Amino acid sequence: MHVPDGFLDAPTSVTTGIVAVAGVALALRRSRGDLDDRVAPLAGLVATFVFAAQMLNFPVATGTSGHLLGGALAAVLVGPWTATLCITVVLLVQALVFADGGLTALGTNVTLMALVGVWVGWLVFALVRRVLPSRARSVPVAAAIGALLSVPVAAAVFAALFVLGGTAPVPAGTLFGAMITWHVVIGIGEAVITYLVVSAVMSVRPDLVHGAQHLPTGRSTSADRESVTP
Amino acid sequence: MKQRISTRTLVLGGLAVCLLLAAIVSFWVSGHPDGLEHVAETLGFADSAGDHGSAGSPFADYGTKGVDSGFLSGGLAGVVGVLLTGALMWLLLRLVVRRRD
Repeated sequence: MHVPDGFLDAPTSVTTGIVAVAGVALALRRSRGDLDDRVAPLAGLVATFVFAAQMLNFPVATGTSGHLLGGALAAVLVGPWTATLCITVVLLVQALVFADGGLTALGTNVTLMALVGVWVGWLVFALVRRVLPSRARSVPVAAAIGALLSVPVAAAVFAALFVLGGTAPVPAGTLFGAMITWHVVIGIGEAVITYLVVSAVMSVRPDLVHGAQHLPTGRSTSADRESVTP
Repeated sequence: MKQRISTRTLVLGGLAVCLLLAAIVSFWVSGHPDGLEHVAETLGFADSAGDHGSAGSPFADYGTKGVDSGFLSGGLAGVVGVLLTGALMWLLLRLVVRRRD
């Protein structure tokens, strides 16, 4: 859902630019609390994976495709603050080097994918996690539900921005309907990929997964580690 | 919970998967417009997209300028993107990460 240059008028793009800068600045400060040199390598890997996965458009219906946004995935693996940084780096590289997502739309794309996508994914994940049994197998399930919802919500926010500051007259109801319908379908793909990747990381390094910290043996201390792995 | 592999193995294995996806698997992906592009075409606002400011980049649109083979052109762009994203994130992390002591 990379927004190109020209879709939104200047005031709207400036506004989303300010929102994006504020969000990323806050994420730079707050991510320090979640990041230490033990979990940092996973954060690097998450950004790299989201870039690679966004190259892979999967077909969703005749003539249409979708790709991972990765917000929920990143948030569950490295926490929402660090995830905001990961997705922002991906969007920067895509806009500057690959001409994917407009330069004047960079603030819009950061707002939609690095803020809305990440935080909706994280909040839904956190809610679902409370309802599910407190065990490792619940983490990828909650992550998938967060992923599923994050995509249509980001799409709805785009529709709202376009209604406010779009450069072409489009009936609001039709735009919301079309954006949400297509992105619910894309959200299913997002959920499947998120489930598989979170499951994979949980199976090899559950101790690094931010969204599994609440589990009794989540972030094992060195003492736990000795007792668990002889 | 059990740590089955070291962080080093995780990062190297993960990077290998990313390179495989971006350089090779990406060749067979759907070329159809994505959800937003499709909606823009259907509702008739696709034309309001302007020319991209980075259209002159040697890797614009995930191809490599001057490389004729579609497979190599896209594959090279994928490798560049993965390494560039990883490097940029690594630099950022160096600024942000606190050391455990």
